[in-house]
Order: sequence, then C-alpha cells, then structure tokens
Amino acid sequence: MNIEMGIRWMELFNEEIQNEKNYLTQLDTPIGDSDHGNNMSRGMAHVVKAIEEQKPETLNELLKLITTNLLSKVGGASGPLYGSAFMGMMKAETAGEEWAKILKTGLENIQKRGKAEQGDKTMVDVWIAVVEAVENGELTHELIDEAVEATKPLKAKKGRASYVGDRSIGHIDPGAYSSGLLFHTMLRAETE
Amino acid sequence: MEKTGIIIVSHVYEIAEGIHRLIKEVAADVDVQVVGGVDIKEIGTSFDTALAAINNSSAKNLLAFYDLGSAKMNLEMAMEMSDKTVKIYDVPVVEGSYTAAALLQAGVNQENIEEQLEEMHNVK
Repeated sequence: MNIEMGIRWMELFNEEIQNEKNYLTQLDTPIGDSDHGNNMSRGMAHVVKAIEEQKPETLNELLKLITTNLLSKVGGASGPLYGSAFMGMMKAETAGEEWAKILKTGLENIQKRGKAEQGDKTMVDVWIAVVEAVENGELTHELIDEAVEATKPLKAKKGRASYVGDRSIGHIDPGAYSSGLLFHTMLRAETE
Repeated sequence: MEKTGIIIVSHVYEIAEGIHRLIKEVAADVDVQVVGGVDIKEIGTSFDTALAAINNSSAKNLLAFYDLGSAKMNLEMAMEMSDKTVKIYDVPVVEGSYTAAALLQAGVNQENIEEQLEEMHNVK
C-alpha cells in the first residue's frame, strides 16, 4: 500500500458504496435501523471530497483524513467503528508497521470499541478473515465474498441486530457487507 | 470539590428534551447537557454532537448516560478526545440520569451516587 494506491482505494470504495447504497439499506432493514446505506454514502462522499480539497501527500495524511471524515460524517455505530479502525491503522502506520499489521491494528480498534468477537455476526467476522489472509499473502476476492456470506446463518450477538435475536438468522450483516466492499476495493487498488 | 455535571445522549430529540425537563424538576442547579438525534431532528447519534456536549458543559467531571449502543460508542470516542473526566454508566437512561442529577443537587458525592446506580443493574 502507498499513497497513490490508497487514494485509488478510497475512490473505488466510494464508487461501490454509492452503487450499493440501496442494497446496504435493504440489508439493514430487517435486522437494523435502515441507515447503513445512507450513512456510508454520506461518509464516503465527504472522504473523497476531502481528498480532492486537501490533497494528502503521504499514506499517513490520507489515513488521518479518512479517520476524521468517517468519524464525523457517517454517524450511527458505523461512524465510530470505521473511524476507530482507520485511527488504529494511522497509528500503526506512524509506528512504521507493515500493511498486514496496520490492518490488524484496525481490527483490534474495532473490537475495542464494539466489543464484538468472531461469530457475533458483525463486520469483525470479515476483518478477522481478511487480516489473516493478508498476513499469509492469500487475500482473494473469493475469500472476501465467503467471509461476508458466512455472516448469513449466524445469530447476531452485537449491535442493533442483536435486539431481534433469532430473526437475524438468514440475513447478511450490513457492516460485514460494507467491509467486504472495503476489502474488494483494497485488493483492486493494489493489483489493477 | 470539583464541579460535576451530567451528559445525556439519545437517538431522539424528544427523548433527550423530555429527560431534560424531567431532571430540571429535581436538579435546577446541575449542569445537564443533552444531545438528541442528529442535524436537529433526524434520529441517530454522532461523535461530533457527543463531543460538543462534553465541551459545552461548565463541569470538568461528567457522568454520562445514553439510550442505545451506538450512542455509547460515540460517547466513548468523544471522551477519549476530551481533557475532561467522563464516566459512562450502563443503566436505564431515564432513571439513571434522574437519580444522579437529584443526588448531585443534594450534594451527594460520586461514590455514593454510584452505589445507587449500581442497584439499577438488578433484574428482578
């Protein structure tokens, strides 16, 4: 990962979020509060606008800009969760860590904030699978899809979906889906 | 003794305002900052408004209450960004904030307030 790839990553992620906005909201309707599409759409629009205006020159500047905008503009639970992730990544980048370790620190910060474990049917399930794959140099689009799809049969233990208990079974978790988009576009930015 | 205030973060403007009205009945002199919803009347919570509530309080020591999980997460992020001492209580938002405010008004210290809040954890 470098600054050019990072900017490309955010542009691609924004495109996907805007394209899939209605689907994200649809996923969030039976098991959440129907705001995930709008929240992510608003947040990513601000991230891309801030990149254009502030023209970050280093990966660290970019991660800081992403953190601030997601934290302030996304709202709901996704704002502090994605904001925490990028804040952790920024700090790990400052410490000179490798990209796999940077992503892992992002995951740890999400878990610190949201207290979710593997199998709770949240974005954490996708982050755990991706971090492990990146550590082993085995990240593929199929692996990301499988991790997202794997949240479907689970019963939600965290977040708004946990209030509906068994009724959450059979639905893909919206945060897992948006995290899937985040990592699909990361992979595309790194390889295309 | 350092001045202690109260912060309440709710997803809904009317809930926050309603609790505020209720509390003022028993704690006219306590600094109570409430946040309800986002962008005035949309449902939700945000980091920015939680931080603003903490900063707007005249108190340096704050007892914080919230309604649903994402309000707590935004409060946690905000308290990490602030120099003030903020403690979040996982208790029913109306009873918890009402009890804390009434006790603060009566000059009760934080330790004794926490003893009363602790009892609210019990499910009978």
